[in-house]
Amino acid sequence: MNETLAIYANYALYSAVGVLTLAMIAYAVYLAGAVPAAERDAEAAVEADDAARSARARARAEQVAALAGAPASADPRGASDERSPSTDPPTAADPRGTSDERSGADPERARVGAGIGGALSWLGTGLLLLSLVLRGLSVERAPLGNLFEFSVAGGFFAMLAYCLVPLRRGMHWLGLFVLAPVTLLLWLAGTIWYTEAAELVPSLDSYWLVIHVSIATLATGLSIVGAVLAALFLIRDRASKRSFWAKLPAAPKLERLSYGMNVVAFPMWTFTLIAGAIWARQAWSSYWNWDPKEVWTFVIWVVYAAYLHARVTKNADRRTVAWIALAGFACIVINYTIVNFYFVGQHSYAGVG
Amino acid sequence: MSTRATRRDGVTQPRLGPVGWARWAWRQLTSMRTALFLLLLLAIGAVPGSMFPQRSLDPARTTDWIERHPDAGPVLDRLYAFDVYSSPWFSAIYLLLFTSLVGCIVPRTITLARQLRARPPRAPRRLQRLEAHDAFVVADEDLPAVLDDAASTLRRKRFRIARHDETTISAESGYLKEVGNLLFHGSLVTLIVGMAIGHLYGWRADIVVPEGESFVSTVTRYDTWAPGPLVDGEDLTPFALTVEKMTASFEEDQAGQIGMPRAFSAEVRYADRLGGATQPAHVAVNEPLELDDATVFLLGNGYAPVVTVKDRDGQVIYSGATAFLAQDGSYRSTGAIKVGAAQPKQLGLVGLFLPTAVIDDTQGPISVFPDLRNPALAMSVYEGELYPKGSAQSVFSIDTDTMEPVAPDDGSEDIARIWLQPGETKDLPGGRGTVTFDRVDRFAGFAVRDDPGKELVLGSSVVALLGLIASLVIRGRRVFVRVVPAGDGRSVVHLGGMAKGEDDRLSRVVTDLADELSQRSAPAER
Ligand code: HEM
Repeated sequence: MNETLAIYANYALYSAVGVLTLAMIAYAVYLAGAVPAAERDAEAAVEADDAARSARARARAEQVAALAGAPASADPRGASDERSPSTDPPTAADPRGTSDERSGADPERARVGAGIGGALSWLGTGLLLLSLVLRGLSVERAPLGNLFEFSVAGGFFAMLAYCLVPLRRGMHWLGLFVLAPVTLLLWLAGTIWYTEAAELVPSLDSYWLVIHVSIATLATGLSIVGAVLAALFLIRDRASKRSFWAKLPAAPKLERLSYGMNVVAFPMWTFTLIAGAIWARQAWSSYWNWDPKEVWTFVIWVVYAAYLHARVTKNADRRTVAWIALAGFACIVINYTIVNFYFVGQHSYAGVG
Repeated sequence: MSTRATRRDGVTQPRLGPVGWARWAWRQLTSMRTALFLLLLLAIGAVPGSMFPQRSLDPARTTDWIERHPDAGPVLDRLYAFDVYSSPWFSAIYLLLFTSLVGCIVPRTITLARQLRARPPRAPRRLQRLEAHDAFVVADEDLPAVLDDAASTLRRKRFRIARHDETTISAESGYLKEVGNLLFHGSLVTLIVGMAIGHLYGWRADIVVPEGESFVSTVTRYDTWAPGPLVDGEDLTPFALTVEKMTASFEEDQAGQIGMPRAFSAEVRYADRLGGATQPAHVAVNEPLELDDATVFLLGNGYAPVVTVKDRDGQVIYSGATAFLAQDGSYRSTGAIKVGAAQPKQLGLVGLFLPTAVIDDTQGPISVFPDLRNPALAMSVYEGELYPKGSAQSVFSIDTDTMEPVAPDDGSEDIARIWLQPGETKDLPGGRGTVTFDRVDRFAGFAVRDDPGKELVLGSSVVALLGLIASLVIRGRRVFVRVVPAGDGRSVVHLGGMAKGEDDRLSRVVTDLADELSQRSAPAER
């Protein structure tokens, strides 16, 4: 037990919250000035084939067209991209001019905002990692022993997921919406859920703690991003084309991104459940006890299984599917809050109250 | 759901016979929509069990809850709110779900087996209509080479190839996705089977063993014995185990955490079979002792005061360690010392053991720390019949129906109380003899458990996880190639792709293939 290190860990956490708050401001500036099409173009550039490859595709299409006497489809990607039912017609021509006038957007300011937001996001993520490492060193174990500790870990994983995928692909529009819940989580952790650094009680003192809880927090982190995207999809899907939300990518794309996060999180939840059961047998003699925490992890898993089912069910409305994803996330929130504080069970490790 | 479906086409539809109805019901039950519905229902159904105390887990708290809610308690009880996971309605949900699951797996397995034996299907007529499409122009004399190239490239990309005619290629990939998916769903079934085996053939027993004492695994020796419905207690393998030392440590320094448990462990010697060689072992929380036919878990610990009782003639009528059960985190423990050899009436000493005793003005005797800082025994004296009608009863309390309080020597109406610290001896009231508190040992609380289904459950879970990952990661795709002559000694090679489910890389796969093939077929052009 080294209390000095624990104090430094807290400083790192406070700094992370500060940095992420600044990042949110930068992202807000970005969103205010953002141009919908500009964003899409930037993303497309990252994803698109290199220039030579697209040139070859165009040449092929032209040759075929010349031979068949039909007009060429210049964009080889076009066919698949708008396959899913979209409320927005495909943005065929360059809509930059029109949207510029419409929203009074300032692409220059937006670009600066996005750059600052991205850099601060990485910095905040690094500070969270630092805080976790210092806390771990101070208590000489994995810093995953109570609600405070795994909130910080969950926040870190959510930020890491955001930085590694959307941010690297230039999806700055997502920043504000991921940072807001993460910062809230960290703030709750640092204030009302704060727990002094301490050793573990015997039943938690196991390497399964690291295996089980780290994957659970990682899954939680991904589910946060997945839920944010599902909510954005629901909003964007109903939003008018002139509204603020039109700055976000088209609804089907948001939905696909949300699925991408949830589909990675789901096997992790499955693993969490299995590892938890193995550990429960070691610690409590029985691999399944219907302990409230177990019940809710099971419920989360079943709801996300239902989500995956709904998504492949023919004719299922994508809005319903997104609502199921949000229900799954609501279960995660309940599991971390209400279940920890109010339901009596063997998982009495929240270390709060 | 059912009524609406039949009413809508009730006019035109011929009457369904029983077989027709059964078939219709089966189709409904095994539909994806029903699976989805039942999954959500299962999630909702599991929730009440986390909100109300469950009888199987904590019977005392359940009874207490019902007593404190005289209105809602009995009603909820009738709805199985305290036995959710064995309730008829919860069982109905998961049985329906698993019937649906089996009804889903079987036909899909047959389909997959057929698919694996069949060749990929013929190419559609117009590949331009598929989700992904690309095309390029080749000279007719190059065609055979281009088609061969296409086939081998696709084969290299793990597609299965069929060439139904001269001008087309059909390719299909992603069989492993379906295999993984079926493994996942199938493992859920074997997992439930494993749980059922554990329930039917498994057993659980608890026993409290003070330091220095031994036990042999037989049904009668255990404090509690909970066998599965198909377990025969006679068949237990009677292993023997001795507790040599029990260690417990508690937080002593960290403010706010004082008294929190830190480590529990027991040094034991055991013999797999009665009379076999013994060997030492370390059993701790999170480190069970695995035996051939059972596993020993250290789940509890506490104090066992060693007490000697002598009668009026100085004869030892009782001597030994008696486990006292901890009631709170400070190990304020309750227990009963039963002196069956006392004459003319049997004696019972009932009371408290306090590891760090303090007399609190309002609460009376309490313990302020779980470790032995100032141990004390506080006991009341009863006499009468300890084991009325030979009935089984708790080792931690006495039956106050058949036991009378013994009055103290000062003649008051009260009950005689004795306060002892280690090494002290006090007189029993009425010249009944003496009681000595020799020392305190610790006891180990073991759960002994056998679950013959656990390997199947673990294996199924691991297969399920692997199958799930395969199912989610692998993509099912079909790619077709079709040559369309364009005259002039040239032809257009069309490439088309179809995906099973959503697939945002599909068009990329097709374009890349077109790119590769066209570059290789026409290096000289342009
Ligand atoms: C215990 C209940 C069930 C659970 C936990 C469960 C879970 C899952 C999960 C997590 C997936 C996603 C994997 C994937 O997308 O490949 C999935 C897919 C699937 N499930 Fe289930 N399932 C259950 C019951 C059923 C039942 C009863 C059916 C039959 C109607 C069914 C049919 C399917 C099908 C067809 C897919 C493949 C979807 C696709 O990828 O095309 N499942 N299931």
